[in-house]
Amino acid sequence: MSTTDIAPTGAERVSRREPSAVLRMSEAEAAEIGGDPDDPGDDELVLLNMGPSHPSTHGVLRLMLELSGETVLRSKPVIGYLHTGMEKTGENLTYLQGGTNVTRMDYASPLFNELAFSLATEQLLGIEVPERATWIRMLMCELNRAASHLLFLATGGMELGAVSMMIYGWREREEVLRFFEKVSGLRMNHNYIRPGGVAADLPADWRSDVAELIELIEPRLDEYDTLLTGQPIWRERLQGVGIISAAEAVALGATGPLLRGAGMAWDLRRDEPYLFYDQVDFDVIVGIHGDCYDRYAIRLNEIRESLRIVAQIIDAMPSGDYRTQDKKVTPPPRARIDESMEALIHHFKIFTEGFKVPAGEVYAAVESPRGELGVYMVSDGSSVPYRLHVRAPSFVNLQTLPHLMQNGLIADGIAIIGSVDPIMGDVDR
Amino acid sequence: MSGTLVLAADPMLAGDIGLVEVVLTLAKVVVAFAFLLVAVMLMIWFERKLLGGMHQRFGPTIAGPFGILQTLADGTKLFFKEDLVPDRSDRFVFKLAPYLSLIPAFLAFAIVPLGGDFNNGGQVEWWGRTTYLQVADPPIGILLFLAMSSVAVYGVMLAGWSSGSKYPLLGSVRASAQMVSYEAALGLAVASIVLVTGGLSTHDMVVAQAAEGYFGIVPRWNVIVTGLVPFIVFMIAGTAELNRPPFDLVEAEQELVGGFHTEYSSIRFALFFLAEFMNTITMSAVIVTLFFGGPAGPVLVSEVGGVGIAWAWGVVWFFLKLFVLLFCFVWMRATLPRFRYDQLMDLGWKALIPVALGWFLFLTALEVGRERGWNEAAVTIVSLLVFAGAALLLVRAVRSGRRARDREAARADEPSDPVEERA
Repeated sequence: MSTTDIAPTGAERVSRREPSAVLRMSEAEAAEIGGDPDDPGDDELVLLNMGPSHPSTHGVLRLMLELSGETVLRSKPVIGYLHTGMEKTGENLTYLQGGTNVTRMDYASPLFNELAFSLATEQLLGIEVPERATWIRMLMCELNRAASHLLFLATGGMELGAVSMMIYGWREREEVLRFFEKVSGLRMNHNYIRPGGVAADLPADWRSDVAELIELIEPRLDEYDTLLTGQPIWRERLQGVGIISAAEAVALGATGPLLRGAGMAWDLRRDEPYLFYDQVDFDVIVGIHGDCYDRYAIRLNEIRESLRIVAQIIDAMPSGDYRTQDKKVTPPPRARIDESMEALIHHFKIFTEGFKVPAGEVYAAVESPRGELGVYMVSDGSSVPYRLHVRAPSFVNLQTLPHLMQNGLIADGIAIIGSVDPIMGDVDR
Repeated sequence: MSGTLVLAADPMLAGDIGLVEVVLTLAKVVVAFAFLLVAVMLMIWFERKLLGGMHQRFGPTIAGPFGILQTLADGTKLFFKEDLVPDRSDRFVFKLAPYLSLIPAFLAFAIVPLGGDFNNGGQVEWWGRTTYLQVADPPIGILLFLAMSSVAVYGVMLAGWSSGSKYPLLGSVRASAQMVSYEAALGLAVASIVLVTGGLSTHDMVVAQAAEGYFGIVPRWNVIVTGLVPFIVFMIAGTAELNRPPFDLVEAEQELVGGFHTEYSSIRFALFFLAEFMNTITMSAVIVTLFFGGPAGPVLVSEVGGVGIAWAWGVVWFFLKLFVLLFCFVWMRATLPRFRYDQLMDLGWKALIPVALGWFLFLTALEVGRERGWNEAAVTIVSLLVFAGAALLLVRAVRSGRRARDREAARADEPSDPVEERA
């Protein structure tokens, strides 16, 4: 075997032909030697750079693939193209402003970010949230879960060539977003769930809106079954592709549909209940094979479960306050500002200085559509967090990718990326 | 048609060739060419509009009424774009490739009968010359179509190869493997048609299908005469040959970004696009000719104001049938997910080719039996039994092959890893 040295005079001389040497190099080194057409070492293995701008890498994920023909021997995800330092930014924003920051992380399920952040803040503050606020949070989160999974079905379908699915998934998601807009004023990045409750009460006719949503989406899910679940090509493409065992998933820290698909029934909503999930009736969907098809089926059925929870919330919703009446964290009502100087000052203080949070540290986790979404927060007693860290499910799940993609085809790789369903905003933060 | 070189079975060309013959032939070429170009424009619009409808969106609406001029607008725009040729490309081949895929699409269309009154043989009488409403009716007939679709492979293959980059290369490797293997199934399906027609000429095929049907109402179309199986095989293989969804692995936008035409831009890209849709129309026209009786159909009004328009009904029927097939192609695109490369190969080699071959042999047995005067029912039963036996053997062979591979894989300690093995 001929050996070509790349580094002309260097302490570490890397053999060109050493398997997957390129994948271990820094990007600058790899760029220097990658894909030289005159190099005989290029003949057998191809190093393919997929992304960061590629139709199916969910935004700006970049994969370096080592290919033999169309078989992926090794792969290396390269991340950071969407890194904007949001965790660091969080250290300069008050607890009330923090919601606008975290909601932009996982932009497909923004309410979960806000929820985890608010839960962490409330634990530090030691305040109780009114019952109605908690139920509203559950309602919005479950609808958001449905919207997020619909987005998965849309993009996942498109990536496998079922272009109609893309439009259908978006069509239903749009209806959910329309309801969000009615409630919070925004379709995405709502900053609706805030420390102490939610930003606004539900509109008067929310019950009929939500009932209509359920009525609309449920039969459409059966249509997806006809279009995809029973479709032989769809099954062929997904079954037995990207298999991961429960032990491997746990070892790699994977959560959410990835872990449940491998057969481990781990769902924070049931195993470590938060909000009022112990008061509603729902099933945790679990797969057997741990392949892409199981992950698809889990997400499809989780939409059904979410709608089931939402239907129960319609009946269970109590009346009362939508945010805590603790004057420390809740600004005075708008009407009071006009008549009271103290209220005006209070309002001004809350939105400029923010409220002080007792020193301490806390970790609050919720089951986001992608897995365990946790917020670890340290407070030094001031009005901004001393440290904010988000345990992003997309980020952790992404490290299963090289394992899942090994020895598959490129087309399988696309299906696998889709089934892991990473949101790059969540990965890079 | 004896002794001399026969250029075409067209009666017009059998006698002396004069000015009228030349002008008529040129006129036919121009009409067919113009028709194909306009049809492509309308086909792209139709596909986008129809897909839009199936997706519950509008499709093109801006350019012209109902957005019908959208293709023209796109084409004009592409024409004025900068013509980029990548540095690493093989410049000559890179520029040649789009034409290699465009020209065969035109040529193959020449053998398609577009009209004529096939209740009376399908000829028309113009300026005292008897001719067919098709550009050419060469004796090799349908073989020309198969040859042209083989040539078209080169366009796609060379385009990817000459681009000098990786995604197009992967696309062109897929293309050559896919198109070569599906051509076999395509050819076997055509063989069944040739068998029942007894000739290669497309005109003769339509004449045979225009004959008296079954029970007076069911037409004698080849789709029925050959028992549906060759049609299904041809339709699947034809879709694969066209690189249309669900067999569009060659382009596979979500995997290979654009496949073989990733590096193409400007008018060269437009040529590929044009060729693809032109091929779709040609393929549909060929399917109509082979399986659905081409322009054959009843004549409802034979003359208007003393001018015979019986031939025009052939055009009407032909376009109706063409339209239905084009609709089916769009429908498939909206419904089906894409195959994976190895599944595509499995489908081609392990399903379509054996089925097409088996069915061809079955039809042959029936034909021979009919000639020798054997009992038709007995021939059918025996043939089907043999057919089933062969299918069983084939399935078992595939299974045992897979088992052997699994054993092989299990014997190796590590999961097979080509890199480690070489090192």
